[in-house]
Amino acid sequence: MENEVVAAVASADWGKYIGAGLACIGMAGAAMAVGNVAGNYLSGALRNPSAAASQTATLFIGMAFAEALGIFSFLVALLLLFAA
Amino acid sequence: MATEAHGEATGLVFHPMDQFIVRPLFRDIVPGTCNPATGLTDGCVRWYEPTNVTLWLMLSVLAIIALFMLGTRGRALIPSRVQSMAELSYGMVHKIVEDVVGREGLKYFPYVFTLFCFVMFANLLGLIPMSFSTTSHIAITAVLALLVFFGVTILGFVKNGSHFLDLFWVRSAPLAMRPVLAVIEVISYFVRPVSHSIRLAGNVMAGHAVLKVFAAFAAIVWVAPLSIVGIIAVYGLEVLVAVIQAYVFTMLTCVYLKDALHPAH
Repeated sequence: MENEVVAAVASADWGKYIGAGLACIGMAGAAMAVGNVAGNYLSGALRNPSAAASQTATLFIGMAFAEALGIFSFLVALLLLFAA
Repeated sequence: MATEAHGEATGLVFHPMDQFIVRPLFRDIVPGTCNPATGLTDGCVRWYEPTNVTLWLMLSVLAIIALFMLGTRGRALIPSRVQSMAELSYGMVHKIVEDVVGREGLKYFPYVFTLFCFVMFANLLGLIPMSFSTTSHIAITAVLALLVFFGVTILGFVKNGSHFLDLFWVRSAPLAMRPVLAVIEVISYFVRPVSHSIRLAGNVMAGHAVLKVFAAFAAIVWVAPLSIVGIIAVYGLEVLVAVIQAYVFTMLTCVYLKDALHPAH
């Protein structure tokens, strides 16, 4: 198993494993973005709890948009590993 | 890699992505041996063959039918548990459509509710151990997202004619900014089906891959308890993600529908 992995990495495509690893840095951005959305929602909700319930939909949409870009980086990693 | 048995307690025993391989139900094939160029098509999945994907798509449709048939059969004043589930999910999606799109969007509620039920059941059935998570495949989610994209685009032009293009030409912005904004709006419009489908597939796929990575660590004796705790925790998170992603998918469909019906910003 280990010899197999070493041989596979040494043969040609070590670059794509490094690239896939680098693509995972994109997750940091998505993590900060989603945390920012949730944190700002919470601080707003604690200031005005009566308006919080009506904004949960906006919260989820904002999270979904922020998260999508992180998932693009995941996709790049997958493409590099399995399709490139 | 998957077919070799590894007796040692090091490394992954199976590959975490193996769970997403599409296999025919009634025939064994070796994955990755399909190569039509050389005439070796025994390893290919033929278009008419029932596969694990079609099986679980079918099961999720049957589960939806069962829920609503059983749920609405009694029509009791005091609902049973199944009836409450059916009524609550109906009411929730009805409220999303009404809040986001407005009352004139209720005409499209059946389609939105169908999408919600299908995505939610496909996600949840995919969480049953040894089952197949159909929504982890971009092929499945892209069909759903492209149907929404084309449907919404056609609807926008039918309802608003050329005024639908106001979606890209932001009249509330200063004139000098409008061409720049138009480019951004056009790009973001065409990225919609991509992000719509990949968000769902990516979330489901990543979650299931993480489960399998933890499962592979369970083969090492001294990490096994930790790994089992990890599996339970991630599984709980995945149930949450399955429902939230179905909700987000529905919500975004409603947002796109709203843009089609009211293109002016």
